[in-house]
Amino acid sequence: MLAFTHSRNAKLALLQDYFRTVPDPERGYALAAIARDLDIPAVKPAQLRALISERMDPELFGYAYDYVGDLAETIALAWPERQSRSPGRNDAPGLTEVVETLLASSRAKGPGLVEDWLDRLDAPGRYALLKLVTGGFRMGLSGRLIKQALAGFGEVHVNEIEELWHGLTPPYLELFAWLEGSGEKPVNAAAAPFRPVMLSHAIDEADFEKLDPADFVAEWKWDGIRVQATSERGVHRLYSRTGDDISATFPDLVDRFSFEGALDGELLVARPAGDDIETGSFSDLQQRLNRKTVSARQLRDYPAFLRAYDLLQEGDEDLRGLGFLERRARLETFIATLDPLRFDCSPMLDFATWEQLAELRAAPPAAVIEGVMIKRTAAPYLPGRPKGEWFKWKRDPFLIDAVLMYAQRGHGKRSGFYSDYTFGVWRDSGELVPVGKAYFGFTDEELTEIDKFVRNNTVERFGPVRSVRADPEKGLVFEVAFEGINRSSRHKSGVAMRFPRISRLRWDKPPREADRLETLERMIDTPR
Amino acid sequence: MRPEDLLIPRREGLYCPPGDFFIDPVRPVDRALITHGHADHARAGHGHVLATPETLDIMAIRYGAGHAAATQAAGLGEDINIKDVRVRFHPAGHVLGSAQIAVEANGLRIVASGDYKPRPDPTCANFEPVACDVFITEATFALPVFRHPDAAGEITRLLNSLRRNPDRAHLVGVYSLGKAQRVIRLIRDAGYTEPLFIHGALQKLCDYYQSQGVELGELRPATVEASAKGDFAGAIVLGPPSAFGDKWARRFPDPLISFASGWMQVRARARQRGVELPLVISDHADWDELAEAISAVAPGEVWVTHGREEALVRWCEMQGIPAKPLHLVGYEDEGD
Repeated sequence: MLAFTHSRNAKLALLQDYFRTVPDPERGYALAAIARDLDIPAVKPAQLRALISERMDPELFGYAYDYVGDLAETIALAWPERQSRSPGRNDAPGLTEVVETLLASSRAKGPGLVEDWLDRLDAPGRYALLKLVTGGFRMGLSGRLIKQALAGFGEVHVNEIEELWHGLTPPYLELFAWLEGSGEKPVNAAAAPFRPVMLSHAIDEADFEKLDPADFVAEWKWDGIRVQATSERGVHRLYSRTGDDISATFPDLVDRFSFEGALDGELLVARPAGDDIETGSFSDLQQRLNRKTVSARQLRDYPAFLRAYDLLQEGDEDLRGLGFLERRARLETFIATLDPLRFDCSPMLDFATWEQLAELRAAPPAAVIEGVMIKRTAAPYLPGRPKGEWFKWKRDPFLIDAVLMYAQRGHGKRSGFYSDYTFGVWRDSGELVPVGKAYFGFTDEELTEIDKFVRNNTVERFGPVRSVRADPEKGLVFEVAFEGINRSSRHKSGVAMRFPRISRLRWDKPPREADRLETLERMIDTPR
Repeated sequence: MRPEDLLIPRREGLYCPPGDFFIDPVRPVDRALITHGHADHARAGHGHVLATPETLDIMAIRYGAGHAAATQAAGLGEDINIKDVRVRFHPAGHVLGSAQIAVEANGLRIVASGDYKPRPDPTCANFEPVACDVFITEATFALPVFRHPDAAGEITRLLNSLRRNPDRAHLVGVYSLGKAQRVIRLIRDAGYTEPLFIHGALQKLCDYYQSQGVELGELRPATVEASAKGDFAGAIVLGPPSAFGDKWARRFPDPLISFASGWMQVRARARQRGVELPLVISDHADWDELAEAISAVAPGEVWVTHGREEALVRWCEMQGIPAKPLHLVGYEDEGD
């Protein structure tokens, strides 16, 4: 069920139900499995194929695998049971037995153990086992969601979980004891822990009247990945802003953590250019994201770089209670001691009035800037999103007019509506090419109107998807807003938009007047 | 007489030359023998239809009383002679009224089993193995990955989900003949006594099952008039899966989509259909049951039709049972 539901709340409810009803240490090992925090000997797909081919005719297995398409699932379903349908069997291994045995075993013993367990488990159990030992136990859950489920289960703030997380080990007995109220809050004794980050509010035009520019400083909002770089007692960790440890993906940067402390900053790609540093685009950074291993070529062509915003910890001293300006002065001195090819400070912007800041925002010096950050000079570093301290003032979104091409049925509250849209723009050849997908930005009334259009103008149906009429004279034009655009070899159009959403329905506009692909291509790497 | 002289595939369906009739023809013929009421097996427009009384009733409900020029009811186990051929209907355990048809001439017997399910089902008579020279078996779920779990356990999962999500209407996809009534009966057997809401497409067949003594408890139409929107929170609503993507589904608060089908065994199938709670409940034999049924029937030869023929033919070969695919066209597993 966890793997099939699209509803965030339903996922949280399932996880919390599980934590409530399953005892230690079983629930802790399950948590470790879904959070990918288990280091157990992996069993390779070829070893699994060898196991099943000893038990069943390879030709039959081949038919089944062709149909199912997933090796672990096929084996789990097809594994011949010694006595078929014996509901009374009680020797099925629990997750605890499986994990503790694997943790204590050598790599070579893996396949033999798995074979024995496959004989003792039912089909869902076999599936879970095979996903566990092949490392594919994901179920569409983000680290953040798992931590939120824990926070909800224990009625604590998610920041507290994030702060503790990296000091904990499976099966997390102290954590569960604390969350259930039967134990003290665990003390994070690990070096280089994650510190919950401080976030900003989007600013409204109306806010400026209430804010005195003299109380604030401003800096560029860099368009990379917000990170925390922590180095203590020889332990170096790079965290995402939700506390996921991403050190392994950026060894080139982490190797240069020659400091004791914790920095808040933006992860970018940057290359030396003469005496200066030239920052790469977000597309460049994407070459480095979500990789388990990094090639020498990626390290050379897309070097990771940290542009620092803040200093949270220096040596033994926690700076988070100091005002921003004091921390900033300490940060500048701190960064001056680090490798300039890997670290610098995000420069402060010079302005006296909000109008001056608006002018700076309108003409950023680089494409990899997505607006400005406004920070109260006296603000301490507070976890979460405190009111009135930090503001983001993003540049205006890009806008294009695109034509609706495909619509897909929604889930949950949008069941029965075509609510997920693929839109396209014109090629020179006169064809539409899909450039993005959006599923929000419209009101409920607009959704009903779009749905009606989709149903009345369906050309073809493919399961839950319909293609709709989209030719120069007849079709539905969307004004689409988005935050950025990159080159992408994975998309037919060669471009990928970031955070696209529907900003207006252009019932008035004939599709032939929608934008062309070359307009989007020109937007790439254009500072604005 | 060779088996091919007694029954042979034709474009219209399986044809018996000495009796001049078809079994489950997919287009109108003069004389048709029908195994069960699913639309891909039972079609309107034949000259003469021979089927169990329940199957005839179901055809009349679906197509109107004039669906055939003439009908004749076949009691289970009753010998009926058609020209030089003797036929007999035996229970198939698939849906109410479903039957296997034994066709016999000159000492040669072929059993055309239609769709069948060996496990007990409270809504229809149990499958009965019939000794024969040739057993014609379906192969809808003839892959070793299809092993249907205990249906009562699947219903428990539905009721657990209802407990966990009391604000969401649970929309359970069920085909209107057989699956709907079996799932309702299983929900009742699990001790759930609240009214169940049904889509209009299920009404007549549910009424018919109840008239035949299958108790289904209180069923209410799932109409907005019958119930304000909020009243469906935490309710079980049953309907044909095709209705869930349609405007019909909008009347329910944050619906949770479920589907009771043997296809739900495979995760990708559930995901493709946007099913949040897949229930593996099938009215067909699963892989082990196909093997058990063939072993129990112990035929001289097996002919395999509609489904994954190649895997079942392979299994028969490995058991030393001669087997071949029949390549009949036009059957679409409506019942699952």
